[in-house]
Amino acid sequence: MSYLATTIGRKQIVGICGLGLSLFILVHMLGNLLVFVSPQAYNEYGYLLTSNKLIYIAEAGLLAIFLGHVVYTIILSLKNKSARPSKYAVTAKGEKKTSMASKTMIYQGIIILIFIVHHLITFKFGEEYEVQYGEVVMRDLYRLMTEVFAQPLYVAWYVVAVILLGYHLSHGFSSSIKTLGFYHPKHTPKIDMLGWLFSAIVTLGFISQPLFIYLNN
Amino acid sequence: MGGSDNTKINLKLKVWRQKGPNDAGMFQDYDAKDISVNMSFLEMLDVMNEDLISSGQEPIEFDHDCREGICGTCSLVINGEPHGPDRGVTTCQLHMRRFQNGDTVVIEPFRAKAFPIVKDLVVDRSAFDRIIQAGGYISTNTGNAVDANAMPIGKDIADEAFKSAACIGCGACVAACKNASASLFTSAKISHLAYVPQGQAEKSERAFNMVVQMDEEAFGACTNTGACSAACPKEISLENIAIMNREFAKASGKRRK
Ligand code: FES
Repeated sequence: MSYLATTIGRKQIVGICGLGLSLFILVHMLGNLLVFVSPQAYNEYGYLLTSNKLIYIAEAGLLAIFLGHVVYTIILSLKNKSARPSKYAVTAKGEKKTSMASKTMIYQGIIILIFIVHHLITFKFGEEYEVQYGEVVMRDLYRLMTEVFAQPLYVAWYVVAVILLGYHLSHGFSSSIKTLGFYHPKHTPKIDMLGWLFSAIVTLGFISQPLFIYLNN
Repeated sequence: MGGSDNTKINLKLKVWRQKGPNDAGMFQDYDAKDISVNMSFLEMLDVMNEDLISSGQEPIEFDHDCREGICGTCSLVINGEPHGPDRGVTTCQLHMRRFQNGDTVVIEPFRAKAFPIVKDLVVDRSAFDRIIQAGGYISTNTGNAVDANAMPIGKDIADEAFKSAACIGCGACVAACKNASASLFTSAKISHLAYVPQGQAEKSERAFNMVVQMDEEAFGACTNTGACSAACPKEISLENIAIMNREFAKASGKRRK
């Protein structure tokens, strides 16, 4: 049997891809903070990224990581579901219960997937406004964003989805590290804490921007 | 020890009854009356069975052997918790004083595709034996028993190996896991032998083959929920699973070369 045909091999791919996506999410969140600098800084950052030919390689890489995470998760989840064909009548409530975040990863993932597709349609493939700074004409993403985040329902859905993403990361981050084989009685609690901290920072960072835009309107 | 506590309690039991592997099975209600709080959970079932037999009914089948928490034969999911509500004990070590008069107690078998139900609360756990057969041993020439201290092992390593070796193979980890994963069991066996010098020769093959066998037995994959370790009567640490993941990755790398 080959590495990628085993559960552990597949889990390790899901974990590595998950950590890769976490890194992307962090960078994305930090880039978004340029909203607080100025509309021009925000638009110029977008222009800097998209005007470089390397963006296609980066996007292809990101897509591959994303698919690796999603496809192997689906395969593993189906196996996991089939491993318990008849359910228990009662679920553990006492000392032997398990955390909600860890039990519902797949459902969080499905909602996050829907969010990502919707998010790409709204922004990446959304209205192409233009703006000129000096000589250069570029996409006015800031204008699109202010229009989108003027809608309270969109802001609410965005905030909920981002909180869910943080929740997903709160288990996923440290779980990936364990799946890759790192565990230490002293350091693992610290890594768990780091996972929580990372999730909180990413979540707050992503929430701050739509709320800022919405409240400033 | 107890003995002086003469309290008796009455319980409502909901017990899973299933005639055979292919029967659909269902819950049956029983009244357990005048149960001494000094009894173990299995003794309570013994008393129930005496009553069932004397009234001409089929007794409730359940697994048991040593009744002192060392053999790993007893099982049961009690109110959703494998081996009942207490941490670090087996069902045979669970006492009725843990329950209140009038409680409803739901008793189910361990549920997993890889542990088919034989009858009532008895499940077939031979999948674990096959995982052991795939590599959970060391090959050695037989002969006289080796002197106890012939092979020097540091106390810290011996302690860690012993903690993993404490696994009694009861299957509560599988029963507790939402994915019915056998990762805690398999990893305890892999790391127990990976710690000690005797296990080094076959370390890599062992990790690979036991994981492959685990996958073939229709267990699910680990998602690090920690349910297994919480339910484990020997409180085997999740660290074992990380060790298994690491040993497995190393073994896979070696096989490619
Ligand atoms: S009967 Fe042996 S551990 Fe419970």
